[in-house]
Amino acid sequence: MNWAVTKNNRVLPLKNIPVLDMVQLRDGIIGKCSRGMRPILFFADRREKSPMLYAALADDDNSRILVSSADISTIKKYNAITPAVPSFHLFERELHEETGIVPEGHPWLKQVRYSWNRFNRAETMENYPFYTMEGEEMHEVAVGPIHAGVIEPGHFRFMCQGEDVYHLEIQLGYQHRGMEDLFVKWKKKSAIHLAESIAGDTVIGHASAYAAAVETLCGTEISRRAQSIRAIALELERLAIHIGDMGAIANDVAYLIGNAVFGATRTIAINTLLAICGSRFGRSLVREGGVLYDISAPLAREIKTNLKKIHDDVTLMGETMFNSAGVLSRLDHTGTVDTDTAKSIGLVGPAARASGVPLDVRTDHPFGIYRYFPVHKLVLYSGDVFARTYVRYMEVKQSIDFIFEQIDNLPADKPLIMETGRQQPACLSISMTEGWRGEIVHAAVTGRSGKIERYKVKDPSFNNWYGLALAVRDNGISDFPLCNKSFNLSYSGHDL
Amino acid sequence: MFEIFKVIKNQGSQAIPDLRKAEVHFPFRGLPSIKERNCGKCSACADICPSGAITLNPCTLDMGKCIFCGDCERACAENAIEFSNFHGLAATDREGLIIDGRTDKIIFLDRAIKVRNDIQGIFGRSLKLRQVSAGGCNGCEWELNACGNVNFDMGRYGIDIVASPRHADGLLISGPIPSNMARALDDAWHSTPEPKIVILAGACAISGGIFQDSVALDRGFLEKYPVDLYIPGCPVHPLAVVCGIMDFLGI
Repeated sequence: MNWAVTKNNRVLPLKNIPVLDMVQLRDGIIGKCSRGMRPILFFADRREKSPMLYAALADDDNSRILVSSADISTIKKYNAITPAVPSFHLFERELHEETGIVPEGHPWLKQVRYSWNRFNRAETMENYPFYTMEGEEMHEVAVGPIHAGVIEPGHFRFMCQGEDVYHLEIQLGYQHRGMEDLFVKWKKKSAIHLAESIAGDTVIGHASAYAAAVETLCGTEISRRAQSIRAIALELERLAIHIGDMGAIANDVAYLIGNAVFGATRTIAINTLLAICGSRFGRSLVREGGVLYDISAPLAREIKTNLKKIHDDVTLMGETMFNSAGVLSRLDHTGTVDTDTAKSIGLVGPAARASGVPLDVRTDHPFGIYRYFPVHKLVLYSGDVFARTYVRYMEVKQSIDFIFEQIDNLPADKPLIMETGRQQPACLSISMTEGWRGEIVHAAVTGRSGKIERYKVKDPSFNNWYGLALAVRDNGISDFPLCNKSFNLSYSGHDL
Repeated sequence: MFEIFKVIKNQGSQAIPDLRKAEVHFPFRGLPSIKERNCGKCSACADICPSGAITLNPCTLDMGKCIFCGDCERACAENAIEFSNFHGLAATDREGLIIDGRTDKIIFLDRAIKVRNDIQGIFGRSLKLRQVSAGGCNGCEWELNACGNVNFDMGRYGIDIVASPRHADGLLISGPIPSNMARALDDAWHSTPEPKIVILAGACAISGGIFQDSVALDRGFLEKYPVDLYIPGCPVHPLAVVCGIMDFLGI
């Protein structure tokens, strides 16, 4: 067997992971991916004398994860996987940035985030090798790192022919804080505060993924009530951001009432999270071993009242907005990513579901309470800004229904939070969560003492940034903000 | 058209009439207080604090480092640390953010903001800020956006966030300032015309927060240029931002 089979939130001893040579691993990956599997992790672990490369592929139809590895201590180069499996392009760039190993034949082997411990220190933010195009009617537009709006920094360079975008190149890395390294060096008992700050708009998503990774290593099964409260918070986070995004999209097509109303409705949603845990973004709710805050009967009533209002306001505004010819003319056929492209570059989350790729960790690799309360995947096929907006609209309503169901069936078991105990030594735990942006993957590798010695984070933005670059091709450059909002990707989640 | 009227009627007015009188729902964690006499010096609070905000002997809590997670409050068996729901946390001096056993709300507010006549004169009726996220996780950025939404609506006090540092009277910085972002931040400062102010929003910007030990940061900017206002939080609450800036401007 060249692959170890595991599942989401199941511990895998390192000794059970096959160690292949690079050629075998590459051939294995290409073979599996041609049969519908897709990469979720591909990372180097350089901490011991023999550095290892771990690869994990998701077998979504069977809710399985296949894991294999290669010894890379003597590898300087290998034949790139990307030409055969394009969704590997950023994973291989990341490997190259961190280790200096060259995937030969990679079409654009550039730095990913200029991490502080990158192999080649001569590569700097200032000398990023941008593509250039020359010609009489060609021109370039450079935007950022500081943008006009209040958002995170990143550099966009458009190659345009007149008003039309020929290609967009996105240079990131400005947000690099050394996150993965901090997880390993963290001296305090709990590193959940770091997880909460991977992407501050996905606090519950990342904190749940981290907590589940640790609980898996400890063999802890948290109470059903804690699972349910985590899921309620995850869905509140999802609907709050989705509503905010719908407002931002309305703003970008100059439909200002949409911006005002969705903005005010989002306030109710995040204040509901505040009523649960004291933070509008859900900080300090999720902890290893459970949750810190309970949902009492009066609080449950308050949440239901708020959700009812959110539902009514979003429906009234949404139906009005989606019936406006002016709005639809801007959303339809703008920034299209077709199904084949979305699949080949490995889009995840609502962006994938809007392009006809039915991926949802809650259904494919269910975790926590979603194992008992399955979520129906909401899929559209047009892949344009309209589809990405309307998927959000549908998901808001689905999340509201889900929370109602959970609150009415809140399990009574205890405790809310338990001691997690000792982490198993020399193990790998993979934890997947469906955040509002899509698939979050965390992987923890423990050393002989059980301490986490390598921590890997994959935010859905890592998959989806390239989707934005492709979406704006052949669109007017003035539609870029609209396309950008319809993806709403994280810079800090990507840059780590 | 009639649908739009229906939406407008349904929404009514969403603005919070008086931001200073607004109260944030418990269990929101705002201004902390320390009861030194309760403290058994067990150091449970300092041990658990993820950002090193707490010292013992004497007991102090640095709101510039604090991420308001409440772990210290939960760890303390003697109830020596308590977070109130008071949101007005901004201060003009870095030392003003340090709470000790004697600091109650009245003492804190009395010393927190020193209104300067020059600032009040120049920016009191109109302050345009350029927001620069330098490693901010998007928590503070969402909240700074919210300051301008229909609920908080800081534009009504003449405070706005503008699209370019060239149009701005100052910078509003969030995030711990990664090395990769240091140069762009410096450029933004130089692009802002004089006279200008610098406001730091959130624990990361003020002290590095939970990232203070990261080797990927370059916080030299803060040693080079003066800071005029500190707004603690993780993330900052819009009320803390708007009320803090209003107090600073003497509005």
